[in-house]
Amino acid sequence: MALLTVKDLSIGYDGQVILSGLNFAVNAGDYLCIVGENGAGKTTLMRTLLHLQEPLGGEILTGDGLAAGEIGYLPQQTAVQKDFPASVREIVLSGCRGRCGIKPFYGRKEKLLAEENMARMGIGELAGRCYRELSGGQQQRVLLARALCAAKKLLLLDEPVSGLDPKVTAEMYGLIEGLRRDGMAIIMISHDLSAAVRYASHILHIGRQLFYGTTETYKVSETGKYFLKSAEEGGINA
Amino acid sequence: MLKQLEMYLQYPFVRYALIVGVLIALSSSLLGVPLVLKRFSFIGDSLSHVAFGAMAVAAVMKLTNEMLLILPITVLSAVLLLRSGQKAKVKGDAALAMISVASLGFGYLIMNIFGPSANLSGDVCTILFGSTSILTLSVKEVWLCAVLSVLTVLAFVLLYNRIFAVTFDEDFAAATGANVKLQQTLFAVITAVIIVLAMNLVGSLLTSALIIFPALSAMRIFKSFRSVTICAAILSVLCALLGIVISILAGTPVGSTIVAVHAAVFGLSWIIGKMQKAG
Repeated sequence: MALLTVKDLSIGYDGQVILSGLNFAVNAGDYLCIVGENGAGKTTLMRTLLHLQEPLGGEILTGDGLAAGEIGYLPQQTAVQKDFPASVREIVLSGCRGRCGIKPFYGRKEKLLAEENMARMGIGELAGRCYRELSGGQQQRVLLARALCAAKKLLLLDEPVSGLDPKVTAEMYGLIEGLRRDGMAIIMISHDLSAAVRYASHILHIGRQLFYGTTETYKVSETGKYFLKSAEEGGINA
Repeated sequence: MLKQLEMYLQYPFVRYALIVGVLIALSSSLLGVPLVLKRFSFIGDSLSHVAFGAMAVAAVMKLTNEMLLILPITVLSAVLLLRSGQKAKVKGDAALAMISVASLGFGYLIMNIFGPSANLSGDVCTILFGSTSILTLSVKEVWLCAVLSVLTVLAFVLLYNRIFAVTFDEDFAAATGANVKLQQTLFAVITAVIIVLAMNLVGSLLTSALIIFPALSAMRIFKSFRSVTICAAILSVLCALLGIVISILAGTPVGSTIVAVHAAVFGLSWIIGKMQKAG
């Protein structure tokens, strides 16, 4: 069974369906990119996958030893976080919260896991630093390390490179690629279509046209050809 | 001056005031850190106005134990306000402002029309600014304050990691299995209880100072959540102690003296923060 199976899913707000008939699956080692126009429902889909909002129809099944709360999530940054007094270590450790169950405090195991993930993201030296004083790329690494503490097998990334400069963006894609090679399945929302077809194994295109399949078939599909061409021309930043 | 203080400390009502003041200051400062960070600074203000309205109703109904009415009403308002969050039809700050002024207005209206007392303006002033109530506490009230404050501190310590996770990133916490709704409700209940207690100390209008000032001062100087929390707690206790002592020695109103000390400490912290940045 796949890690995550979505069957005939409808999503939306306040009972209003914005997208329906979604079918896709994510297996161990997959790298799925969700692309589509602004307002197509990419973020709503991700929130539904995370059970932050209820699906309006259909099913989301987890399997292959993955439980619903064990998905690592890299959200877009919120305004509250911009001036939040917190050290890097505190934030990364908070990713272990779900593992603790009813235990009120973090044990040695959780602290070790946080240290490991900070080292993995190359932010070991920043552990004592204040989050709000870091650069955009460093902040994303902190949030990715936190997501890794929560994730056993699957990571969900919401626009992980938005607002980063080209060099840092490339580093970020490199980090994600490395995690995938270590066996983590990845679902990523992206505006950056050219990066999506370069890195992803599967593409889910949502909007007026729905497409789900491997990246190779996407490139030769009607939807894919049209959007890739527009993206190259810079007309639509899909 | 020390002699004079020693003399005052022999009176039980002064000792009670100090004990209750320290306990309330401690618990309100702990709650203040997440409230300020979540942009809920005004919640304390609104809730204390609700409590004022409830107190007016209780006074008119001539209840022997006013707490029985004030606590449930304030707790209910806190749960509604803190949980409605972003989804509410009336947006956060507007809802707070509306409830706040409405309770204040109705409270005074009710007291004015049905008020039993001859000295109405004196009573209202006491409720709003807590001028003398801290020095007229009964042993029972001291115990109530002590038990509730200790429970609050205990709850805060046990929930500390969860509070951090939800304050920093509600969505992430919910996605990784935290019961955010339950936690917010619990937090709202504790906030309401502390605000009702704090009204005894500084009065309805000045309550939110006890919640926001320590957190804001600590945030000027410290940069991790833990150090901010600890610093806020220490500052709050020291300011409360200093405020009460000054008010007793100088004969100034307790509530406004404490708030003035807090404001001065905030100014000092601001300067220290600026110097840290420059140095």
